Amino acid sequence: MNIIVCVKQIPDPETPAASFKVDEVAKKVIPAQGIAPVVNPYDPQATEAALRLKDADGGGTVTVISLGAETARDAIKHALAMGADEGILITGPEFDGIDNFQTAKALAAAIQKLGGADLVLMGRAAADWDMGVVPTGVASILGVPAVTLAKAITKSGSVLTVERVLDDGFQTVEVNLPAVVSISNEFGEPRYPQLRQIMLAAKKTVQIWGAGDLGIGDQLGAANRDLTLEALYVPKVESNVEIIEGESPEEKARNLAQKLRAAKLI
Amino acid sequence: MAGILVIAEAVDGVIASISGELIGAAKKLSGEGAGSVTALVAGDAGLAQGLIAAGADNAIAATNGALATGTVDAYIPAIEAAIAQTGADIILLGQTSLGRDLGPALAFKFGTAVAMDCVDVTIDGGKLRATRSAYGGNARAEVGFRNSPAVATIKAKSFDAPAGAAGSGSVSTIDAAGDSRVKVIGTSKADTTGIRIEEAEVVVSGGRGLGDESAFRMLEELSGVLKGATGASRAACDLGWYPPSQQVGLTGKTVSPNLYIAVAISGASQHMAGMSGSKNIVAINKDGDANMVKVSKFAIVDDYKKVVPALIEEIKKLA
Repeated sequence: MNIIVCVKQIPDPETPAASFKVDEVAKKVIPAQGIAPVVNPYDPQATEAALRLKDADGGGTVTVISLGAETARDAIKHALAMGADEGILITGPEFDGIDNFQTAKALAAAIQKLGGADLVLMGRAAADWDMGVVPTGVASILGVPAVTLAKAITKSGSVLTVERVLDDGFQTVEVNLPAVVSISNEFGEPRYPQLRQIMLAAKKTVQIWGAGDLGIGDQLGAANRDLTLEALYVPKVESNVEIIEGESPEEKARNLAQKLRAAKLI
Repeated sequence: MAGILVIAEAVDGVIASISGELIGAAKKLSGEGAGSVTALVAGDAGLAQGLIAAGADNAIAATNGALATGTVDAYIPAIEAAIAQTGADIILLGQTSLGRDLGPALAFKFGTAVAMDCVDVTIDGGKLRATRSAYGGNARAEVGFRNSPAVATIKAKSFDAPAGAAGSGSVSTIDAAGDSRVKVIGTSKADTTGIRIEEAEVVVSGGRGLGDESAFRMLEELSGVLKGATGASRAACDLGWYPPSQQVGLTGKTVSPNLYIAVAISGASQHMAGMSGSKNIVAINKDGDANMVKVSKFAIVDDYKKVVPALIEEIKKLA
């Protein structure tokens, strides 16, 4: 089975609020000093799902695609170190300021250029914009079904059985391949690359494709967004906290209980 | 503008609370010149009548039983028919299991765009403008739409349902549905003991700062004496300390209880996004500079291991 995994590099979501800055005129995040971008936390789970399916199926390849800056090569190398076979980086100035619809177009074009896949896997969303639109978008463009928020996947012949996460429970669905599946955080821990694998991955070649290679150069850029970005800013927070004092933790707890009772909160 | 189509939802034959909130959002847009509000729900005309009672101008019962599976493929022809019927240029959905899939699918079907998990929507220059969180809640983005119909999913509890103003229109029916390429085999409810966290009046949550999984037993005891629910930050869930179904935050549940007690949670924006609508926040944290302390009404800056058991005893005494 040939599986394509799409991964993204994003600003570290654990960046402390105090270090997070926005250029409101350019409508862009100013990279925090000394905090390196990371692999989107959901994506290693998609790579993990691909590797498990490949092992269970007894063959095939796992190809990793990332669209982003030159540094996104690190996100691909991480997936290669986990055990993926091939890596492709889609990059270039044409992709600056694109929306997730253009991202879906570019990824779908890359998947088609690779001759398609039996299965395309992605994380449930990228934790920077947290839209979760691209899996459905890529499926829509490729004309294949999408299944979102998978917590477990098994394959039997050309049928995939997926356990999905719903708001208040779980759902089991079946879908014929080819399909696009997004992986939820409930999928389980991704494997941690060993040093030897990291060194092997470092030697693997990552192919570079530009907008021209994908034949979509004229459809990209901020001017071609379907979802226009009108403003980006940091919301303001005001503090009116009353710190509960006391000689001991127990006394503070007693004073808090009394405050809560006085405010009719308990 | 030609109107708004609300994709309402029902659970076990009852209109879900998000549907009222969506009608509330649509009524606001309508007041800003977006046209009339039509609400569609999968079900019979009686159910759709409930949407008019909830404030929609008109309602559509999408009666085809195939929609009960909630798959995108089943829904799309029904929504296409509703758009053809109403001419609506805005589609609003809830940020729910249905909306999360259907919102993007509609945008790609119509060749337009979708804004997910919006906390506000407004009409600006005759077009929809939506506000949403980005970068784990550290930033707010306002987005617009180049083409119509514009699609937006609305975050739970971002709007109030309209108060007591029933619509004056009528219910029509649509029977269209598509064959789903995704076959639903079965569904099961999450194993949550006690009160559903989204509906609890009191929520006690813990974070990575608890330092160990067993601390959640202490938090469960506290939420128990307050007849509330227990939640956790994403960091705590990622560590496997508490079930993901109880995760509060940007990628978890949205709660807005009367009282939210955050124990050893620093207040990373990821978590704040899921509970900042709480009416009264109490922080218990050993770091007085933590963001959670700043946004709370009352805070205790001390070791939760000593504070929480004492608080449980004090509350028992007051009960």
